[in-house]
Amino acid sequence: MSTETPRSSAPGGSSTKASRLGLRTVALGYLALLLLLPLAMIFYRTFEHGLAPVWKAMTEPNAMHAFWLSIELVAIAVPLNTVFGIGIALLLERGSFRGRGVLGLVIDLPFAISPIVVGLALVLVYGQVGWFGTWLSEHGIDVIFSVPGMVLATAFVSLPFVARETIPVLRELGTDAEQAAATLGANAWQTFWRVTLPAIRWGVVYGVVLTTARALGEFGAVSVVSGRIEGQTQQLPLYVQDRFENFDATGAYTAAVVLALLALATLLAMNLLTRRTRARSKLAPASNLNPEVI
Amino acid sequence: MLGRGLLGIYLSVLVVLPIAALLARSSHGGLSAFWREVSSPEAQAAIKLTLGVSAVVVALNAVFGTLIAWVLVRDEFRGKKVVNALIDLPFALPTVVAGVVLLALYGKNGPLGIDITFTRTAVAMALLFVTLPFVTRSVQPVLLELDGSAEEAAASLGASRLMVFRRIVLPALTPAIISGIALSFARALGEFGSVVLISGNLPFKTEVGSVYIFGQIQNENLPAAAAVSVVLMVLALIVLAALSVLSRARSKHVH
Amino acid sequence: MAIEVRDVTKRFGTFTALDDVCLRVGDGALTALLGPSGSGKSTLLRIIAGLETPDSGSVSIGEEEVTSTPARTRGVGFVFQHYAPFKHMTVADNVAFGLKVRRRPKAEVRERVAELLALVRLDGLAQRYPSQLSGGQQQRMALARALAPQPKVLLLDEPFGALDAQVRAELREWLRRLHEEIHVTTIFVTHDQEEAMEVAEQIVVMNAGRIEQAGAPRELYEAPRNEFVMSFVGPVNRLGDAFLRPHDIQILSHPDESSTEALVRRVVHLGFEVRVELTLQDGRDVWAQVTRETTQELEVEEGQILAVRLPAPRVFA
Repeated sequence: MSTETPRSSAPGGSSTKASRLGLRTVALGYLALLLLLPLAMIFYRTFEHGLAPVWKAMTEPNAMHAFWLSIELVAIAVPLNTVFGIGIALLLERGSFRGRGVLGLVIDLPFAISPIVVGLALVLVYGQVGWFGTWLSEHGIDVIFSVPGMVLATAFVSLPFVARETIPVLRELGTDAEQAAATLGANAWQTFWRVTLPAIRWGVVYGVVLTTARALGEFGAVSVVSGRIEGQTQQLPLYVQDRFENFDATGAYTAAVVLALLALATLLAMNLLTRRTRARSKLAPASNLNPEVI
Repeated sequence: MLGRGLLGIYLSVLVVLPIAALLARSSHGGLSAFWREVSSPEAQAAIKLTLGVSAVVVALNAVFGTLIAWVLVRDEFRGKKVVNALIDLPFALPTVVAGVVLLALYGKNGPLGIDITFTRTAVAMALLFVTLPFVTRSVQPVLLELDGSAEEAAASLGASRLMVFRRIVLPALTPAIISGIALSFARALGEFGSVVLISGNLPFKTEVGSVYIFGQIQNENLPAAAAVSVVLMVLALIVLAALSVLSRARSKHVH
Repeated sequence: MAIEVRDVTKRFGTFTALDDVCLRVGDGALTALLGPSGSGKSTLLRIIAGLETPDSGSVSIGEEEVTSTPARTRGVGFVFQHYAPFKHMTVADNVAFGLKVRRRPKAEVRERVAELLALVRLDGLAQRYPSQLSGGQQQRMALARALAPQPKVLLLDEPFGALDAQVRAELREWLRRLHEEIHVTTIFVTHDQEEAMEVAEQIVVMNAGRIEQAGAPRELYEAPRNEFVMSFVGPVNRLGDAFLRPHDIQILSHPDESSTEALVRRVVHLGFEVRVELTLQDGRDVWAQVTRETTQELEVEEGQILAVRLPAPRVFA
């Protein structure tokens, strides 16, 4: 998502210098007002009374529970979407079968659909009034208002990233090396592990970083399916909302700062990885639908 | 083969069945029932507000997003790399945190003495925040390709800076700007997390489509929720499909 | 081992890449598939390797029919046009790949890799990565890698296509000697007739999905079966329906009953060989390939009128 360090050009001249300074001021001013100052403010507000209240807010049982639930959701949704994402990328890039277009569309849908709509759609299948609701409750399986539903919501919204990041790398790699492996006696599994995966690994890792960021931050879909039960189905973003609505500014800010730090770590990882995979632009839309939307 | 089967099950459980259920539910009572839900006054107000605010936000994005891209490519200043990296922050930051962050500065107890909570301005601001990267990130690579020699040539022929921008730079950037606009618009249509805390969700005033759907789910009015969901989803798909058709037509034109 | 291709047809959409092709390659032979691009030569090679499946027809290697055997169990070594190196592996690991996937003992792998690297003269570069090698070195690594699992046949797709002229000449010579050393049945694809003539024992000329003629280089040159082979294998003058080789046109010191007059338009010195461009009495243009001595002895100059003897032209029905 970030580009290479741009080079500067354009000739000098005092009037151009002035207008350039003007444009720079407007652009940076806009960014400061919209992005940087609000972000700085929340860090200031969180730490203005020292570390003690922050520590207290962080070690609150419900906060701890929300944190670990977030980790649990990531730990389930990210590996699933990584494995299936690589599989989808291989199918779309290497397979030849009817319905490729449909598959491409299905994995892009999460980009086009509001998280709230995702949540509602899941409720309509797995909720009490949903298609499978009766069957599920007869068998004592809770999906909606429970962790499995949150897993589904998290996995849905973070589905496309690994596939979408892997596809262009696979395309660039071409099939020669894989065919060479086949003529050397490697079976499909050996070819994948020894030749394909090592060649696409940085694309996959980039996709995993985006998937993780999206899974950690998901709010709309989980807020529909979770029931937002304190200490049970509240992950970190839901906990932020809960604290905020209960006028616990410190609790809300502390959790928000934890999430903001994770987001900054994501940016750092994205930038390091872009350098590794410098050959390609992260921005060229890989699909007929939307490229990267977290 | 086993892998394909598993993949089919995964996608069905996760995506295909839920979307099918949504479509089924919204068309449950036929077209007239669908229309009744969509045209209820509150739903109408929410959809109109969503479209209106999204349009304003997208227009602002077109201007500021392009400006930011230009400054990041053609200007040189200390800390540019950091600024460049931070552009992606709205993509990485959880949306609910975006709402909290904006309120910390512009909310009731903010240091500026401004209070935007529960206003349409707040809704617009939240949407501006989450859609910030789209235009900038699609314009940036095009500006990088445009190496400035055409601009210099035009300037050497006596064109004023404004003319150079209007005649040379802007036409080259237009497809990228449109693409950024379309992605911003699709995103703004469905945005929830950043809006829900900041807007107060006042029906007929600050309640956008996604928040309306959420309210109807809470009220167990699933037909209304499903109908408006389908409207938002179809609108976003139309925008993205149009973008895809446009960019394909363009790439054919180029090659 | 011998290779036999019977009645193979292959279409890509509406394009017929191979049209009912039959080919036999003897055990231990070094064969060139020669033809212009789009003639189907690479497709034929890939079908022999099992990288493509023919629409109809069959392929045998040795006594075994392998048409539906996947590439990985066919026992072919394949060298790709752009070498297809495993970029994340060292040279040694590239060469060892075919042995490792067969789970050969470590000591054996090490020994065989060292042996092959010596054979292709990359001994000192075992721990380098492909990106640190020159094109010629990558090509030799690809060859060692293909040879490691002791393939029954060795197939090379435009093996020298991406190299510059000098490296190319060296590698041709080297491939020929390597073949003498290891004697594995080898087929390589090329669009360069000189390369085919220089390296191969047998040349198969292909055009538009068909085999035009197969035979020893000399046979093709001296007894081409049709005008395509005649004009593709070696230089040619075309006079209406008739074809003559430029080196068969003789320049005489004195006219005689079999000679005819010609005007020298241009003399091009290419070292030992000299190209003399002529206009015949009837106004047709031809060129003659003669030696430097001839032009010196006869003092051939532009604008001069000469006596030339034309060979009996070849006419293809």
